[in-house]
Amino acid sequence: MKRISPSETFMAAITWAAALLTAGALLYIIGFILWRGVPYITPSLFAPVYNSINVSLLPALVSTVMMAVLSLSFALPLGIGAAVYLAEYARRGNRAVRLIRLAAETLAGIPSIVYGLFGMLFFVVWLGWDFSLLAGSCTLAIMILPLLLRSGEEALLSVPDSYREGSFALGAGKLRTVFRIVLPAAIPGVLAGVVLAVGRIAGETAALIYTAGTVAQIPPDVFASARTLSVHMYALSREGLHTNEGYATAVVLLLVVIGINVIAARIAGKIGGAHERV
Amino acid sequence: MNVFDITDLNLWYGKFQALQNINMSASEAEITALIGPSGCGKSTLLKTLNRMNDLVPGCRVTGSVCLSGMDIYGNLNVNDLRKRVGMVFQKPNPFPMSVYDNIAFGPRTHGVKSRYALDEAVENSLKAAAIWDEVKDRLRKSALGLSGGQQQRLCIARALAVKPEVLLLDEPTSALDPISTGKIEELLLELKNDYSIIIVTHNMQQATRISDQTAFFLLGEMIEYDSTEKIFSMPQDKRTEDYVTGRFG
Ligand SMILES: Nc1ncnc2c1ncn2[C@@H]1O[C@H](COP(=O)(O)OP(=O)(O)OP(=O)(O)O)[C@@H](O)[C@H]1O
Ligand SMILES: [Mg+2]
Repeated sequence: MKRISPSETFMAAITWAAALLTAGALLYIIGFILWRGVPYITPSLFAPVYNSINVSLLPALVSTVMMAVLSLSFALPLGIGAAVYLAEYARRGNRAVRLIRLAAETLAGIPSIVYGLFGMLFFVVWLGWDFSLLAGSCTLAIMILPLLLRSGEEALLSVPDSYREGSFALGAGKLRTVFRIVLPAAIPGVLAGVVLAVGRIAGETAALIYTAGTVAQIPPDVFASARTLSVHMYALSREGLHTNEGYATAVVLLLVVIGINVIAARIAGKIGGAHERV
Repeated sequence: MNVFDITDLNLWYGKFQALQNINMSASEAEITALIGPSGCGKSTLLKTLNRMNDLVPGCRVTGSVCLSGMDIYGNLNVNDLRKRVGMVFQKPNPFPMSVYDNIAFGPRTHGVKSRYALDEAVENSLKAAAIWDEVKDRLRKSALGLSGGQQQRLCIARALAVKPEVLLLDEPTSALDPISTGKIEELLLELKNDYSIIIVTHNMQQATRISDQTAFFLLGEMIEYDSTEKIFSMPQDKRTEDYVTGRFG
């Protein structure tokens, strides 16, 4: 015999409604974008060159990939290096550790437009890189650094100590233990952070407009200006002349982000496969 | 010959003294069992023998521990020490990699590179740990897919792969079923011909079944140390008698 009190029914209904609303909002947005965008996905949108009549998104797509790869190649070694220091080398509760964590948390909370301004003043003006892929990716690298540090540190800390003990007990030194045993075991967690970082890069506009500029071309080198898909969309919708193409671009951006997530999940599954009991 | 000579060993975790004035030695090619109630310092003593205690912040050791006459707390390289003194833990802890890579990790650590030498080390260690037949067809598969008992024998094989002189085991069967336990006990009896073995156990029957010498500990002190036969049939100390006859915690 189980009686369900009215207040319980009420709470269940509320949580159910909340879940429904959340899922509904997401589905609505995706549906809306698909509905408005899919009819306008045409081969001409993928023409190699952009001009004001045919607003091709291909240059932006290529730029997005380049931007993501460059940003990650700056931020990943730094972020993982710092995470290894914090998780494996630093004594718990040490001053330097607290300082680095505080810095990372502060960095994570700063609005992206502030990164954009800093990037403009430092990379674009002071270092004289102009609006460029390089300035943009360095700015984004700083922006995603706290995220990579955080997820990297968490991934390392979640590696059981018994692995470390097992390695030390075989006569392996600290370096070998960290890089051959602990870090490989932490890769799925690190990749989760990378996916989030790529998501932020793909979705960023404010930090890029003042650092990478808005030139719609496939950048010939890292010192050339480039616009990512998000910036491209922003430009299209601001101009107001190509709203339909803007929606089509949104569909592509959506697919890119979903694609990245799927790929990362695959990789994590493959590498992390050794972790689960098969 | 003694593999280990422990003299006036004291150990502190911060302010807490976990070992008091331990004097004992372990002989070559024998199984020495450490018994005693929970928290009496058996694991701690075992960990001083390969300096795993170095990893514990605030741990301090006085006295001397000699491995074949050489003070391991002197200027012996700790990684070399751990190569010579292997350790198997209470909970099987295979690395999240293939069976082969688990075993090859130790030899690779100590500079073995050739494919042939590694293959040989892997096969020999797995055979010595009596698990070769069970895993020879799945060397490239994850070690985490093995059963608990197989994992523990894999860990023993992994320890053997670096050709140690001594094997330290900390309650290696406490997480295993009786059949796996029996297999490991059999294995240890085999291995004692080639290795000196020091084992911590909570299981009195296990100590009588496999060990030659037994040391009884209480609250960080070694109460009695003698041949296993004597400890279990005619203990000299009242407290030992109470413990081995089960009248004690
Ligand atoms: N890292 C540590 N820091 C502080 N105290 C510790 C630490 N490790 C063990 N101790 C303490 O030292 C004493 C001996 O611990 P030890 O693990 O050696 O006991 P044990 O005989 O192995 O017990 P068990 O049979 O439960 O494994 C215990 O009182 C324990 O609380
Ligand atoms: Mg113990």
